[in-house]
Amino acid sequence: MTPLVVADQLSKFFPLSRGRKLHAVDGVTLTVHEREIVGLVGESGSGKSTFGKAVVGLHPKTSGQVRYRGETLPQRYSAADFQRHAKTMQMIFQDPYSSLNPRMTVGEIVGEGLKLHSGLSGADVRDSVAGWLRRVGLEPDHMSRYPHEFSGGQRQRIGIARALILEPEFVVCDEPISALDVSVQAQVVNLLEELQASMGLSLLFIAHDLSMVRYVSNRMAVMYLGGLVEIGPSTDVFFEPAHPYTRILIASNPEPDPDSERKRPSTTITGEVPSPIDIGAGCRFAGRCPQAMSVCRSETPALLPLKDHPDRQVACHLFA
Amino acid sequence: MTGPHEKPLLDVNDLAVEFDTYGGTVKAVRGVSFSVEAGKTLAIVGESGCGKSVTVQALMGLVPMPPGRLTAGTAKLRGHDILRTTQIDGRDFRGSEIGMIFQDPMTSLNPTMTIGRQIAETLEVHLGWSRKQSFARAIELLELARIPEAEQRARQYPFEFSGGMLQRAMIAMAIACEPAILIADEPTTALDVTIQAQLLDLMADMQARNGTAIILITHDLGVVARMADKVAVMYAGQVVEMGSVDDIFYRSAHPYTVGLRAAMPSNDSSARHRLLPIEGSPPDLFAPPSGCAYAARCPHAMRICTEVEPPAFQTGPGHYGRCWLHHEGVAGAAETLRGMQPALRTEPGDAAGPNREEKA
Repeated sequence: MTPLVVADQLSKFFPLSRGRKLHAVDGVTLTVHEREIVGLVGESGSGKSTFGKAVVGLHPKTSGQVRYRGETLPQRYSAADFQRHAKTMQMIFQDPYSSLNPRMTVGEIVGEGLKLHSGLSGADVRDSVAGWLRRVGLEPDHMSRYPHEFSGGQRQRIGIARALILEPEFVVCDEPISALDVSVQAQVVNLLEELQASMGLSLLFIAHDLSMVRYVSNRMAVMYLGGLVEIGPSTDVFFEPAHPYTRILIASNPEPDPDSERKRPSTTITGEVPSPIDIGAGCRFAGRCPQAMSVCRSETPALLPLKDHPDRQVACHLFA
Repeated sequence: MTGPHEKPLLDVNDLAVEFDTYGGTVKAVRGVSFSVEAGKTLAIVGESGCGKSVTVQALMGLVPMPPGRLTAGTAKLRGHDILRTTQIDGRDFRGSEIGMIFQDPMTSLNPTMTIGRQIAETLEVHLGWSRKQSFARAIELLELARIPEAEQRARQYPFEFSGGMLQRAMIAMAIACEPAILIADEPTTALDVTIQAQLLDLMADMQARNGTAIILITHDLGVVARMADKVAVMYAGQVVEMGSVDDIFYRSAHPYTVGLRAAMPSNDSSARHRLLPIEGSPPDLFAPPSGCAYAARCPHAMRICTEVEPPAFQTGPGHYGRCWLHHEGVAGAAETLRGMQPALRTEPGDAAGPNREEKA
């Protein structure tokens, strides 16, 4: 498999008052191969959205690099950089309500990118928009309507059409289904899968719904407090999680099956996600980890291949 | 829809709520009936706009009137009708007999009062306790809700708490007067899964300790499977299926319930069935259809479904489905419902077993 997008030791800190720093993303290395769907899971504040935005250039990087087909992308995007990379990298946002401009018609929203990047005539842009609206399951005559006239699921389809009309190679989907009802989630996920297969897209699928990420993605990456703790084939990570945090995360995920829920032991961990401000040395999970050792509090574990499973990587001293 | 041998604590019958809007009258709740028994959890499950929250808000007198209107129904708490009053024997039953937890703890707590005082206030109002006595009890309640350093935490304001801690503080407040019923409206929707697990465990512990009945409103079928004894599935303002948690998950009696389950990924390592979305969208509740509200999206709709509203057919002990497939004139309803979703999991030891469809 050819690597398409490589994030190498990517960090994004946000400066706070008095010289303190919020470590939103801290040295994350992650590769997305051609035609691959990588799921990124983690709890709120784990930095998964910030990571996705930093990869497509919506956040300037504090350190580290992102390479696209071997080319190192700029640390901070200029207008010209956005202009150039918008054709290859796109993003679908979580909230289908606030991510569409309420004063623009659907035709303007979906066609804007094409108008800016393709140099097509107005009539050709309209034809293309009509085709894309049909492709995502809407009607071409929806073009003249405004976002408020659509349901959440329909708005998410508009967002998908907007991201894909330039036929990018790589799309970051930032919680694309979290705001939708269960029956509609399936519609949007199936649409994304169909388009991924027909266009040969690579996706970074960010979500907190573990079952859905296992279903959608080829590989699953788990973030905790700005760091990547585990990555591997989705089924392996889901059914045989290695990192103590992944184990707790998956054990906390209730399944729609009363019988297995009755058999499930209580898995509650105490404590909450600590503050991501000025993180010191040591494993970020050590404070809540039931298996923490003294080395966990002094040395930050590196993300290393798991013994006998070269396709899986875990950042934990238990496996070092 | 009450079984024959149960003695319900709360018995809701044929509840209907409408809202007047500029666009017309929205029939948000259209004849909902259910009952709740002590020590048991009833989950009301459904998608946005199905009327699940309005149903419990009507019980608590929280529906703003106008524009809201109760058009029919009774709700008997130990025999007293509570629908059009907030008092039983001159005392407000809200907070004392029925406690409630809301979805968003940040906006449901008073930002200008300390957490401890807000909990203590409940005890002062309902039980007439002194300020000092109430505050001491508030600290104990916070400890029960597993808030660390409860003594200091009681003197803090809501903004100093995390979302999970606020929700636990809200549970402490809701159970302060040891209510017989706890209503939890999407209590964990805003929380992460590990925090959700802590909270669900806490609610289950409280229930085991005090014999509290819980009404859990949620859209998450995983949470339902974990917590519920009995489930009411709501669609377009009606309860379309009611039964034990096993009835709902293993012997669904309504195509909508089957559809919801098929739309979710199953965590079965040996199979990967394709998600089956429910096409279309729920009906317009300004003018609900004359037949079954689900008919337009139902793969098994018959002519009668679009014409006449189905009654609640009993399909097993305490198990009801509002679907014409259960009419004696329709052959093989169970087979039809089972056949709709070949890849769905079945009850362990079920002889029929699922024949799995691999994803192409």
